[in-house]
Amino acid sequence: MIAFAALLERLVFTPGRNAKIALLRRYFETTPDPDRGIGLAAVTGALAFAAAKPGLIRDLAAARTDPELFAWSYDYVGDLAETVALMWPTVATGEKAPSLAEVVHTLETAPKGALPGIVADWLDTSDPSVRFALLKLITGGLRVGVSSRLAKVALAELSGGRIGADEIEEVWHGVAPPFLSLFAWAEGTGPRPDPDAAPNFRPLMLAHPLEPGDLAGLDPAVLRAEWKWDGIRVQLVATPLGRRLFSRGADDISPAFPEIVEAMAFHAVLDGELLVLRDGVVAPFADLQQRLNRKIVTAKLLREFPVAVRLYDMLFEGAEDVRPLPFDARRARLEDFFARTRPARMDVSAMIPFGTVEDLAALRDGARAASIEGLMLKRGDSPYVPGRPKGLWWKWKRDPLTVDAVLMYAQRGHGKRSSFYSDFTFGLWRPAETGGEELVPVGKAYFGFSDAELGFLDRWVRAHTVGRFGPVREVEKALVLEVAFDAAQFSTRHRSGVALRFPRISRIRTDKPAAEADRLATLMRVVEGA
Amino acid sequence: MPHPATWLKPLPQGLSCEPGGFFVDPVRPVDRAVVTHAHSDHARPGHRAVLASPATLALMQARLGEEACLSWQALGWGEVLRLGDVLLSLQPAGHVLGSAQVVMEYRGSRAVVSGDYKRAPDPTCAPFVPVPCDVFVTEATFALPVFRHPPAAAEIGRLLQSRALFPERTHVVGCYSLGKCQRLIALLRAAGWDRPVFLHGALAPMCRVYEAQGVRLGDLRPATVAAKAELVGSIVLAPPSAVGENWARRLAEPVVGMASGWMRVRQRAKQGGVELPLVISDHADWDELNATVDEVGAPEVWVTHGREEALIHAIGKRGVTGRALRMLGYGDEDDAGGESPPAPSPRPPPSRGGGADSSPPPLEGGGWGEGPSGRGAR
Ligand SMILES: [Zn+2]
Ligand SMILES: [Zn+2]
Repeated sequence: MIAFAALLERLVFTPGRNAKIALLRRYFETTPDPDRGIGLAAVTGALAFAAAKPGLIRDLAAARTDPELFAWSYDYVGDLAETVALMWPTVATGEKAPSLAEVVHTLETAPKGALPGIVADWLDTSDPSVRFALLKLITGGLRVGVSSRLAKVALAELSGGRIGADEIEEVWHGVAPPFLSLFAWAEGTGPRPDPDAAPNFRPLMLAHPLEPGDLAGLDPAVLRAEWKWDGIRVQLVATPLGRRLFSRGADDISPAFPEIVEAMAFHAVLDGELLVLRDGVVAPFADLQQRLNRKIVTAKLLREFPVAVRLYDMLFEGAEDVRPLPFDARRARLEDFFARTRPARMDVSAMIPFGTVEDLAALRDGARAASIEGLMLKRGDSPYVPGRPKGLWWKWKRDPLTVDAVLMYAQRGHGKRSSFYSDFTFGLWRPAETGGEELVPVGKAYFGFSDAELGFLDRWVRAHTVGRFGPVREVEKALVLEVAFDAAQFSTRHRSGVALRFPRISRIRTDKPAAEADRLATLMRVVEGA
Repeated sequence: MPHPATWLKPLPQGLSCEPGGFFVDPVRPVDRAVVTHAHSDHARPGHRAVLASPATLALMQARLGEEACLSWQALGWGEVLRLGDVLLSLQPAGHVLGSAQVVMEYRGSRAVVSGDYKRAPDPTCAPFVPVPCDVFVTEATFALPVFRHPPAAAEIGRLLQSRALFPERTHVVGCYSLGKCQRLIALLRAAGWDRPVFLHGALAPMCRVYEAQGVRLGDLRPATVAAKAELVGSIVLAPPSAVGENWARRLAEPVVGMASGWMRVRQRAKQGGVELPLVISDHADWDELNATVDEVGAPEVWVTHGREEALIHAIGKRGVTGRALRMLGYGDEDDAGGESPPAPSPRPPPSRGGGADSSPPPLEGGGWGEGPSGRGAR
C-alpha cells in the first residue's frame, strides 16, 4: 500500500505524459506481485468492489477527532478523505500498513458491517499518504489522471521494446487483476496470455485527413472509396467465449446496445460504424447521442432510437487473423461472410464507384446528407495496421456549409465564460402567417469566435437587449452572424423543422443588414439536396 | 507578582514591554527593538536600536544594510541584561539560524515570546529550549491538526528518488531564501548529495552569511541560464516567486518542487502548479505547538498570529487559558510558500541625534546598556 500511495502522490501532481509513464513503470518494476497488478487495476478502473459511502468516513472521523477541530480542518482542506487522512490521530501500533492486495481482497469479501472497524485499524497502521490512498480507494474517489492506455504503454515499457502497447491492448480483455500472466509476459518470464479465445479489443486502424497537397499523389486505380458515416466507430468481437461491442477507445459499450450484441451470432471481429437507422435512413447524430452513456436501456429508448452497424472491415474470421491480408481480400471475405450469416441490424458499407480523382471531388462536394461526413479513401492493398499508418487510408471531409443568420437570443456561458453572454441563438427569415417575414430560430452556437469577438458580442448583447427571460436576453434583430455547420437535417423536434450539426459562428457580419440574412427556404434546399 | 498582562502589551507597533522600554519584533520603527529572528516580517528596518542574537544581527545587516538601524547590540544565548526592572535574555527557538525566544522577567513573573519556532531537528540552527514561564507567547502558523510535518529527511529522500527517476531533468525547488534554503542544502548533504547545489541569485547572500557563521553548505554555484547544460540532472534552489516564472521554464524540463509546510494540503500544492511538493517547514506543526505549550507549563498562552482559534480551543480543553493577540504584519515569510521581499523601509532611518554632524549616536535613552534608560524608566 505504501508504494501505491507514493505513486498516487506523484501522479496527482505530474502533468507530463512521459513523466507519468516513467512513474508507472518504476512502480511496476519495484512492486511485487500481486500488489502491482492490483495497482494497475486501480489506476485503470478495473477494480470491482462496491464503494463505501462517504458517511463511513464521517463516522470514523466523528469517533476519533474533536468535532470543532474537525470542522475547522475540513473547512480548510475542502476534501473529506484528505482531511481525515491528515488529522487521523497517530497511534503507535507497531504494525505494518496493509498491502494493496490485502485491502482490495478485504473490500471484496468483508461484510459491510465489519468495514468501519477494519478501516479504522488500517488507518491506525498507516501514514497520512497511505491513509489518503486508502480512503479514496474505499470510497471510489481515486482520480489519478491516468488513462488506461497510458498504463498499458508503461506496462509495455517493462518489456524493453519487445512488446508494444497495442499488443498489450489485444490481450487486455482476456486477463484480469492481478494480471500475473500479463506481467510475466511483459518481463519475459512467461508466454503471451492467449487472448484469441476471449472477446478482446484489437486496436483500430485510423485514417489521416486528406490535405489538399495529397490529391495529386493519389492513384485512382489502387484507391477504394466509401462514405464516411457520421456515427461512432465500433468494433464487434464475437468468440466462443463471449461477445463484446467496443468503442474506438477500447471501452466496452456492450451493455448500452443489447440489440447489437444479440445480433452478433457469429465468430468474427468486425469494424464498423454504429448509427441510428430508421427504415434504412441514417438519423442525425443527435439521435445516436440519446443512446450513448446510458446505464439503463429502456424499451422506449430501444424503440425510438434503433441502432445498426454499417460494416467497414473484417479483422478476424473465426480464429483466423485476416489483418495481414490486403483490403480488397478482406473486403471480399467480409462480403462472403455477410452473405452467409446475414446478421440482423447490420449492413455492409457500399463501395463507391469512380473513375478519376475529379470524380471523387465531385462526389465529396455533392454529398449533402447530414449523416455523411465526407469520403473514406483506402488503398486496395492496405493491410489492417493498428494506429494511424501513413499513406494507406485517408478521410476527406467535405467543407463546412454556412448560412447568414440573425442573432435572436443570448445566454451567459459556463465556467470561465460565466460572466459573458456566450451562448447565441440565431434564426432565419420565413414568411409569417400574418403576412410579411418573421425570424425562426434554427440553432444555437457557443463557439467559433475569438476572445475579441466574444467581447464584441457580449457588449452588443448588453447594449441591444429588448427582453429578459431568466438567464436569457432577447436582443434587437439587427446583427447578422455567419454560421458554419457540418450538415443540416429535417427534424420534428425543432420549431424550424431543421437541425444543424456542429454549428459555430464563423464571422460577425456587421456589414450586412439583418433583412438580407438568409431565408429558411435556402437552408431547406440544402437539406433536400442531400 | 504582577500579571504579565500589566507589563507586556500588544500595541500597533508590536508587543511592548513597558517597564523595559522596548518592543519585541515591532512592525513599525521604534526606539528600541528586540528582534527574535531575521525574517522580514519580524526584523524590519528603521529602528533606533536593535538587540538580537549575533547571528540574527549578521543576517539583518546583510538583508537590510548596516544603515537600516542606528545601533546594533548582540546578546548571546542565556546572557542576562537588566533593563529597568526587567531581566532580559535570549534562548534558541530552532526556527532559523540565530532565531531566539525572548525571555522577560519582571518582579518575579516571567513571559517568553517564542517568535517563530519549531521542534524538529535542524542542522543549521540551535534547537529550541523550553523555558518554564507564566505566559508563553506563541505563533500558530500551522495550528490545525491537519498539519503534521513528516520527517524532513524522508521528504529529501523523495526529492532524491525523483532525481534518480528523472536524471535528465532539472529539479528546481522553491524555498524561502533565509533558513529553508540553507536547511535544504544541509539536509541534502546529510543525505549524501555531495554534488554542487545550484542557487538562484536571490538565495546566495543569505548562504554567504550562514557560511560566515560557521554553517558548512558545501559546493554552491550560481544557477544561470548560461549554465543550462550543467544544470541537467542537478538540483536548483530558487525563491518561490521564481519557480513559477519563465526563469524556471528555461531550465531543462524542470521538475518544479516546493518546500513548505503548506504543501501538506493538496489544493495548496495544486494551486501553485507544483509537481513535487515537499512538506518541509521551519514552523512548529500541530503536535509540536501543543507539546510545547504543555512543556513550558504556562497557565496562559498568547497567540500572536496564525490559526489561533484551533490552538486556543485545544489547549482550553487541557485547562490552559488562550488569548488571541491578533497582531498584524506577521506570517508572510512562509505563507503559501511565498517569499516576501525585504520590507521596504517605511520611513528613512532615524536622523542621527537631530544634527548633521557625524558624532556617535547618543546612547542614553537610545542605545542599550546596564540599568534603566531615560525612556524606559518613565
Ligand atoms: Zn520566521
Ligand atoms: Zn513569522
